[in-house]
Amino acid sequence: MEGIQNCLAVYRRELKSYFESPVAYVFLVSFLLLTGFLTFAVAHFYERQTADLEVFFTFHPWVYLLLVPAATMGLWAEERRTGTIELLLTMPVTLLQTIMGKFLAAWLFITIGIVLTFPIVLTTCYLGDPDLGVIFCGYVGSILMAGAYVSVGMFTSALTRSQVIAFVIALLVCLLLLLAGWPPVTSLFSQWAPSWLVEGIAAFSFTQQFESIKRGVIDLRDIAYYASVMVFMIAGSHTVLQNRTAA
Amino acid sequence: MLEVRDLAKRFGAIEAVKGVSFSVGMGEVLGFLGPNGAGKTTTMRMITGFLPPTAGSALVGGHDVAREPVAVKRLIGYLPENAPAYHSMSVTGFLQFVADVRGLRGKSRATAVDGAIQKCRLETVRHQTIGTLSKGYRQRTCFAQAILHNPQVLIMDEPTDGLDPNQKHTVRTMIKEMAHEKAIIVSTHILEEVDAICTKAIIISNGRIVANGTPAQLRARSATGRLDDLFRELTLGGPNTTRTEEG
Repeated sequence: MEGIQNCLAVYRRELKSYFESPVAYVFLVSFLLLTGFLTFAVAHFYERQTADLEVFFTFHPWVYLLLVPAATMGLWAEERRTGTIELLLTMPVTLLQTIMGKFLAAWLFITIGIVLTFPIVLTTCYLGDPDLGVIFCGYVGSILMAGAYVSVGMFTSALTRSQVIAFVIALLVCLLLLLAGWPPVTSLFSQWAPSWLVEGIAAFSFTQQFESIKRGVIDLRDIAYYASVMVFMIAGSHTVLQNRTAA
Repeated sequence: MLEVRDLAKRFGAIEAVKGVSFSVGMGEVLGFLGPNGAGKTTTMRMITGFLPPTAGSALVGGHDVAREPVAVKRLIGYLPENAPAYHSMSVTGFLQFVADVRGLRGKSRATAVDGAIQKCRLETVRHQTIGTLSKGYRQRTCFAQAILHNPQVLIMDEPTDGLDPNQKHTVRTMIKEMAHEKAIIVSTHILEEVDAICTKAIIISNGRIVANGTPAQLRARSATGRLDDLFRELTLGGPNTTRTEEG
């Protein structure tokens, strides 16, 4: 019980710190502008004449690719640079509680951005008769996928004191996960790697899992996939932070 | 209250601390002296549970920091070097966060925060953002964080470094005020501080203890009767660098 309280204290501080600086507002406005622009101007949402949000969700992995690493790059890198990590890790809190607090704060922050796209749902309902179940699934899938991105971003932030390095590495890792099933990437591996490995890498793609979810099918395997990415990255962050030699 | 046995830390090929042993009882103020890079900060980081020791142990209130880190961290108040704090938070907000993480709730939280603000003379800046404070106030804010939960053990890494003479005097007065009810370790390379606040002192050089005794005993060991002569003799490699006196 006390562990949860401590975890919540870290979580509240982290979430508050987004809103204490302009970061939160810049992020949320950029997120909404970008998803809006891609959906309406690039994918011609109105001209499609269908009452669903499939095109809207299609762009989520790409918007997250750019924005989630920006929101997570400071999680640990900034603590390490300013030395506050020394305060945080000498408080009567376990490392895992601290990591979970930060992870949940960043994930909830991204989720706030996702939820703020609700006007597009209202618009669709006003103009047509969409399947709300499918839309709900799309949102759940998108939030799950965002959690996976956040976990990757938190992991790379734990690796370094430089937020720029954390951002770039997170972007590269997420890009790789995004493109894992794409032929130019698989052909890089298929020339030398055994086929099971190539298929394994392809199966690790963020987009592959998201395809079915955004059509309204939440498969337990997809949830397990995103959850396992998060668990793996949280465990990775734990290992990295436990084995650091200095601040 | 605090007992350190053969504590050692190795960073790759570098042996930063080579087997340090000492103890601090209630009501004692231990001055931890040594040139920069002698291993003072590393030793303190091991006692506070920020870094795991390579060998040896640190016991605080009977708890081994390696086995029961959370129990140890609960008993310790720690002021790290350079007094880190979250610059985007206000003084009160920061102290409330620390109180939360330390498990203080409701009325006891408010009392602890107000008490720390009062003891550290922070009333005039309590609503100010930490990033806008002068170094002296920032130091005191971090000091307030360390004494907030009225810890039995207080560990301070160069608490007066970079402060002006008036601020130094304030910090020393604060340490003296609470010395009788705590076990305190203060690291410094300012020798006048030892006479001002410490009941005993250790000189550490190249990761080893080279002198251990009361300030008077240490002074007696020097030919000139002055602490800084003894300090120079011991840390620059004088004739009796391995002899220690029990204090």
